[in-house]
Amino acid sequence: MQLTIKYFGMLAEATTITEEQFSTESCSVSELLKKLRTQYPELSKKDFKVAINQQLVDHTYIIKTEAEIALLPPFAGG
Amino acid sequence: MEKKKPKSVFKQGAISSEFIGESIAKHQTKTSIGAHNIFLGQVRADEIDGKIITAIDYTAYEEMANQKFHEIREATFEKFDLTCMHIYHSLGKVNAGEICLFVFVSSPRRKVVFEALEYVVEAIKADVPVFGKEVFEDQTHQWKQNS
Repeated sequence: MQLTIKYFGMLAEATTITEEQFSTESCSVSELLKKLRTQYPELSKKDFKVAINQQLVDHTYIIKTEAEIALLPPFAGG
Repeated sequence: MEKKKPKSVFKQGAISSEFIGESIAKHQTKTSIGAHNIFLGQVRADEIDGKIITAIDYTAYEEMANQKFHEIREATFEKFDLTCMHIYHSLGKVNAGEICLFVFVSSPRRKVVFEALEYVVEAIKADVPVFGKEVFEDQTHQWKQNS
């Protein structure tokens, strides 16, 4: 299946992209992050939350269908 | 109680004092209101390791942020007896000394607006995916993190 991965703030800076398409079998968030960290070693040093279709999820969440995955660094509104 | 439809909270650049003044003026027709309370977030020129912050460049996960702002509005109206509320947040560059967040709550009575405003501002700080790049005089930067 095809995932859209979005990177924000310092994570966009670390990966040098803001968005990409990513093909994978059904997997947990932590399995996906493992793959992304292999591709972008800089991510291992960063603190971030994961949102799937705009909802925050924990790392045990299983991604089963096409989705928009956002990697969100610490919030800084206001 | 009046509920507003979801709308974009974001404005490009700083929020001007004229805009804030006009927002207040627009409420003169709403004569059931007895108390307004306003929060203005201003960019601080912090000094970090001898370098001064000159601006914050804001970005956001806009779709999720607008959804979160909407949820905060709904929860606030649920919790407090407000006549209306308005939230505006900057995107892009806001210089030190300029306003980046404008929250405006109104109610017939004063006590509720003090509590409601704090609730809204704390929720925005904690729950909304907005990111801030703190830019120094020499154009280097670091990333802001709410405490």
